Amino acid sequence: MRLATALRWIIFGMSLLPFIVLTLGAVNNSLGPDPADTLIQETGEWTFRFLLLSLSITPLRNLGAGPRVFPYRRTFGLFALFYASLHFLIYLLFLLQLRWSEISEDILERPYITVGFTAYLILVLLGVTSVKRMMRRLGRYWKPLHKLVYLVNILALIHLSWILRTDLTEAVIYASILLPLLAYRVYKYYIGKTSRQFHSSTSS
Amino acid sequence: MLIKSKPDILPSEITPESVFHDRRRFLASSLSAAFGVAAAGLPGLSGAAAGDGLRARAPEDLARSAPAQWWNAKFENISPAAHEGGFYTAEALTPYRDVISYNNFYEFGMDKGDPIANSKQFKVDPWSVSIEGEVEKPGVYTLEDILKPHDLEERIYRLRCVERWSMVIPWVGFSLADLIKRFQPTSKAKYVEFLTLFDPSSMAGQRARFTTIDWPYREALRMDEAMNPLTLLAVGVYGNFLPPQNGAPIRLVVPWKYGFKSIKSIVKIRFREQEPATSWNMLAPQEYGFYANVNPDVHHPRWRQDMETRLPQTLLSSSRIPTQLFNGYAEQVASLYKGMDLTKNY
Repeated sequence: MRLATALRWIIFGMSLLPFIVLTLGAVNNSLGPDPADTLIQETGEWTFRFLLLSLSITPLRNLGAGPRVFPYRRTFGLFALFYASLHFLIYLLFLLQLRWSEISEDILERPYITVGFTAYLILVLLGVTSVKRMMRRLGRYWKPLHKLVYLVNILALIHLSWILRTDLTEAVIYASILLPLLAYRVYKYYIGKTSRQFHSSTSS
Repeated sequence: MLIKSKPDILPSEITPESVFHDRRRFLASSLSAAFGVAAAGLPGLSGAAAGDGLRARAPEDLARSAPAQWWNAKFENISPAAHEGGFYTAEALTPYRDVISYNNFYEFGMDKGDPIANSKQFKVDPWSVSIEGEVEKPGVYTLEDILKPHDLEERIYRLRCVERWSMVIPWVGFSLADLIKRFQPTSKAKYVEFLTLFDPSSMAGQRARFTTIDWPYREALRMDEAMNPLTLLAVGVYGNFLPPQNGAPIRLVVPWKYGFKSIKSIVKIRFREQEPATSWNMLAPQEYGFYANVNPDVHHPRWRQDMETRLPQTLLSSSRIPTQLFNGYAEQVASLYKGMDLTKNY
């Protein structure tokens, strides 16, 4: 039990590490000649990594890790939201420089921003409804609502691929992690369906 | 790793490249005001230190040695270009360290820091350039032959990348026009095409599996653009030999166009009658046209083009400056595009 608590803190601390490293880099001005650009790239990538970590919890649980890993689905999901919020904040502060009149042009004219912004809005919705009280209040709607996280991941992949202009290596790497995680859900869905059919046909 | 410690550099060594920074000037004037000390003629140091009138020299600890012996003699006589005609700007220079470490040169990798990291072993000697196409004197010329008749000069140009950042860089080179005249293009030569070296064994980026670039990288100019005196063939930067990541040993610099037109590490110059295909236009024609003139009024689906971030920046000083039509070289080049619809011919 104490080990589990210690582990939780270690994982929490490690999840904050990128934030600490980036903050130190920003304070020491060691992020290169265009620090805003470095920050936006790094926070974007960490968002995606935490999204994938969150998505891997359910398969891990089912494949033998057991229920103790389950709380991390939310932990990592919230860290994804944390880094996504930093990503969005850096965009607003340093790229857009709070020129609000320009945000509509960016969102409407630049497809990768449109997609990224949409993904972020969904992620905020999921974050807000991730607390216990909201889970209870939403009841049976909670689960289908949170299935939107699959869409967030797909949008994140599109967002990334659209930013990369020629060498898609990075997108291929992220896709090769995301696709099995999504395929697992599809597989589970059909297994569940056939077993339900099996049960309903035997019971009738 | 993100956290890098800065190598020790004597203040006297970095002075020549930074005396023009406002911050330093402010520092000097406030220091002299506070302590009653004359600011020791700070702004004059750059030329005086080098003794040749050049504005900028690479810091000694980062300066490169000559790729081959003959380069030394070539670089002994670099003269500053005329201050008129667009060849010079008094704007603050982007420090040498940033010029050589923040590069788009996909042959050496996608990230800005990749080119400096992956080009350490890149050989630029021997090097030859093949002159082909609609020209009286085609042939394969050694770089020494290419450079022999040309005197090098220092030109200070703004560089505007399509990715919305910009730098001010003191190049060393000579007008492309002077080179072109030597090979006597025929009347059929309407365009000049340039090709970068294709050598996957030394250029890691060309080995990348999921790249969509059809190597070698290629660029082209219309003949009158190529003959414009501003169009530069650069062999050096900051009074020093061009580092591989900046396009060694010889590269194009077209200051009124987005940076990707300024092709690096050139091995072939071909004179052509038809408009040649160019790499970024082949990849995404709706984003990158043949002309790629810097133009704040032509929208781009990835980046705003009416503003730019002048590098280097810190988070707190992060500010944008308005981008100028033809990157501020309208006086020199606007006539080339008279009567053309620049929003269609972007």
